[in-house]
Amino acid sequence: MFIIENKIDLKHPELRLTREGYGQGLLEAGEKNKDIVALGADITSSVKVDMFKNRFPERFFNIGIAEQNQMGIAAGLSLSGKIPFVTNYGVFLAGRAWDQIRTTVCYSNLNVKLGGAHGGISVGPDGATHQALEEISIMRCLPNMRVVVPSDYYETKKATLAAAESYGPIYIRFGREKVPVITDENTPFEIGKAYCLRDGSDVAIIACGAMVYESLVAAEELSKEGISAMVINNHTIKPLDRDTIIEAAKKTGAIVTVEEHQLAGGMGSAIKEVLAEECPVIVKSIGINDRFGESGNPLDLMKAFGLTSGNIVALVKDIIGKKNK
Amino acid sequence: MNKLNLEQLEEKAKQLRISILNMLYYAGSGHTGGSLSAIDILTVLYNNIMEHDPKNPDWVGRDRFILSKGHIAPALYAILADVGYFDPKELKTLRKFGSILQGHPDMHKTPGLDVSTGSLGQGLSIATGIALGARSNNDTYRVYCMMGDGETQEGQIWEAAMAAGHYKLDNLCAVVDCNRLQIDGKVEDVMNIAPFKDKWLAFNWNVIEIDGHNFEEIEKGFINASEYKGKPTIILANTIKGKGVSFMENNPGWHGKAPNKEELEVALSELS
Repeated sequence: MFIIENKIDLKHPELRLTREGYGQGLLEAGEKNKDIVALGADITSSVKVDMFKNRFPERFFNIGIAEQNQMGIAAGLSLSGKIPFVTNYGVFLAGRAWDQIRTTVCYSNLNVKLGGAHGGISVGPDGATHQALEEISIMRCLPNMRVVVPSDYYETKKATLAAAESYGPIYIRFGREKVPVITDENTPFEIGKAYCLRDGSDVAIIACGAMVYESLVAAEELSKEGISAMVINNHTIKPLDRDTIIEAAKKTGAIVTVEEHQLAGGMGSAIKEVLAEECPVIVKSIGINDRFGESGNPLDLMKAFGLTSGNIVALVKDIIGKKNK
Repeated sequence: MNKLNLEQLEEKAKQLRISILNMLYYAGSGHTGGSLSAIDILTVLYNNIMEHDPKNPDWVGRDRFILSKGHIAPALYAILADVGYFDPKELKTLRKFGSILQGHPDMHKTPGLDVSTGSLGQGLSIATGIALGARSNNDTYRVYCMMGDGETQEGQIWEAAMAAGHYKLDNLCAVVDCNRLQIDGKVEDVMNIAPFKDKWLAFNWNVIEIDGHNFEEIEKGFINASEYKGKPTIILANTIKGKGVSFMENNPGWHGKAPNKEELEVALSELS
């Protein structure tokens, strides 16, 4: 298992926007490769593509409020030799253009990159219509598609650069709010390679996105009560790092998965698919339980929907009592 | 590739109709009516208009063709085989397991295809993207896209129409096979698309209307399109669904049906 020592000040983390990491990554990818182009859908500055647009105006195409056409034009641009980045709020990107992603992008295996902003309940006041909670499920079931949910600013930037440098469709999911920075410029990142941020022996908490930080906080709390929790940053949902997950299950005999996404079909489901076949241990999941979000400030919503470190601590204690090593 | 004169085009289209009917008979299923309405246009396009090289299907400078109405794959396969992209013997494998000829076009299986299609309404966006990329790359190839008139009930067609007009993509030429029928009946009864020409004009396209079975008009239409600057061109080709076979013509029942042995024999006798 790949272990990265975590030197994070959990009490006073630096907070940064993951969407800014995406925007910076896209800009840097654009500097490196002139074939990279970006497509807008009227929310260019909100999804931080304005940095690319201002630097390379001739390589930015606004398609207006037309997600299906945006995806089709991106497909066409890729056929002309470009590497198009399509950025939009996740609900509209993954949902509204799903058939275009399936039949035009994935079936033809075109080199189209998808940046899905506003993932998760923490989108906040805009409410259920704009809180993307289903993209992991509906993207990971598509052949040829890869799905990455980076944990912080730097990881989102690195995921964006990695997407630009590898062939094929990929969906990168990031959020709206500032979230704790838990990696740095030099932390290794590889698509499909999960890593351990904290070793442990009683339980493994496997998380993605901003929930990795919550999991680290939970592990710290649990250690005070004598429970040794491993924390894994599983930033790539597809292709899933089966080896790391199986190793964690073998070592701890109990898994808690944590994601800011519907439980049905999400990261937790993907992990259960592997473990049920390869290493059946007790697995419990934190996520959105078959309901839509609502308006509110992000922190209140995370509490109301059970997505805090406290919820992780409680579930770990529950699972430890039930595990059968 | 040598261009064909009007007589040769007519003879070629007749042979391609025979090829389509045989192909569909062997497949036992597939879309006959639209394949027959579109084949005259494809005959002109692949023989006299498009720059392409069947010996070098990936040639970067080739003109592109996107079959947005992917269900008329038999027409496209007939012409691709005829101009030399693959062995015409393959045509008998249409829709069979393991075939290079899928029920709807798969760019990774059939030589000569620029993209996979089959979910209606998506081709014009793809063509728009290629045209936009070509202009950005300073490539001079042209992009062609064929749609059905019923297909334009899809909203995405009009999103793409708006974008191509907005970006003034005069390297893009779309053609609508206006056979006026769809599965449930007449297009005007199912969901009226009229006034059709006015719609394209309103979306800032150059509009050309032709008889889609008149080879001279088809060729002239494409030439005029390539000479027009500042706007994309749409060719509205008035056609007859099932064209060339009396009992198939103007009959929506032949949209998604293949001929049986007897029907094939009658159809072939009408064409010979």
